Formats: sequence, structure tokens, C-alpha cells
Amino acid sequence: MAKNTIKVRAKIKGGKCVVKTLIKHPMETGLRKDKKTGKKIPAHFIKEVVCEHNGEKVCVANWGVAISKNPYLSFRFSGANKGDTIKIAWTDNKGDSDSIEATVS
Amino acid sequence: MNLARRDILKLGLTGAALATLPIGVLVPDRSAHAAYPEAVFKEKDLDKALQDLFGTSDIPAGDIKIKAPDIAENGAVVPVSVSTSIGGVESITLLVKENPSPLVAHFELNPRADGYIATRIKMGKTSPVIAVVKADGKLYSASKTVKVTIGGCGG
Repeated sequence: MAKNTIKVRAKIKGGKCVVKTLIKHPMETGLRKDKKTGKKIPAHFIKEVVCEHNGEKVCVANWGVAISKNPYLSFRFSGANKGDTIKIAWTDNKGDSDSIEATVS
Repeated sequence: MNLARRDILKLGLTGAALATLPIGVLVPDRSAHAAYPEAVFKEKDLDKALQDLFGTSDIPAGDIKIKAPDIAENGAVVPVSVSTSIGGVESITLLVKENPSPLVAHFELNPRADGYIATRIKMGKTSPVIAVVKADGKLYSASKTVKVTIGGCGG
């Protein structure tokens, strides 16, 4: 299991919780070739990102290979208070995963 | 609840069986959201991808704003944000017409979430970026062309 791959900020702005997250991941498309060997680099990408607020899913992202390397995701939702818990979890096509919990500020 | 309804459409019989359960049972279920559209992510034709996802490729324009650069210097990292004033947004889908596979990402949103998503995408070449918003069971779309000077999909 991957470790320390997620950075997340959740802040209340204008009554809404703004979540910004950065994930460290190669996001290989499977179309690129290794310049030295000429062989295709196998696809390696995040398929699903689940974002929860106090245990309730607020945003579920299904991604393909066309999301940039080291993905960035931002979304907003209402009904959050300072001190609430935000959980971000991802799973990739090789079954690797990571998750992190953050506090709304 | 909307999530459950979508499951019924996508999963057919399985969904129908689940629908007979009380809603309270469905909501906390981690698998309640729609399954990962594996085949659609591999689909190479935009219209077919839309057809597979939504059952139609003819989606009317709606009040959706796509914020993306007019010219992207680097196709590997194109910042894109989608926002809409339409209420009751259930999902936002991003597609790039000229990419090897047009479907980029599909976001399922909780009723508490705003109709807003920002991310960074790869674009192989100059292409329209298409956003499809599903709100209260209806579909809306918008498109914005981004000119790419260096592709993001080559070696």
C-alpha cells in the first residue's frame, strides 16, 4: 500500500467547504513507450477517488488514464463545520491504494 | 437516493433486487455508487462513449461553465474546472473528443456537493473539452475548444 501520497486541504469559505487535494501518482497511460527499450510502459493509473465527509460520500471520482500525472482535484460542498473529518481514498488499476484523513479548518 | 436509482439503470437485475431493500439500507453501503465504467474508458469514439454512459449522444446545451486555457502549452497538464448553476447535480463527466479514449473522468456528487469540479487533464492534441452534467435526471452539456501545442499522450 502506498504511503503519504495524498495532500488535502479542506477549508470553510463562504459557508461551503472547499476541498483541494493533490495525489502523488505516475498516471501512466499505457500508450507511452520507453525511449531506451522501445517497449510500451504499462498503464498505471488511479481509477477511483472517494471523498467522504464525516463518513458520508460527497464526491466519487472515476478516472481514466487522461488525468494528469500527480492528479489534482477540487470540489465544494455544504453542510460542513470546522473540525469535521474529510477522508480521501484512492485505488489504482494495480490494486494499490492510499487514504488520508484531514480536519476541516 | 439518486445514486441508488442510477444503480438500477446500470446494473439492471442486480439493481432491481437492491431497490427492493429499504433505502436506509442502501445509503451507507459503500458499493451504492455506480460501478466503474471500465468499457467506456476504453471506447474510442465520443458519440459511442456518450451513448454508453447516458443512452444518448444528443445532449442539449446547459448553463455550464468550462474554465480551461484557450491555448495549452503542455497537453500533459491542462487545468480544467467545470461549474454549473443547475441545481440537483448528480454527476459531472469530462470528455476530450480527440483523445485516444474520449472519456476522461466521471464524478458522482452527493446532493450536498456543489456543481463544481476542478482537475488537471491530459490532451493529445487540440480538441473540444466536453462537460456533461446530470441534474435531477436530466442531461446538459457544454464544450470548449482547447488548442494544444505539445501533446500529452506521446513519449
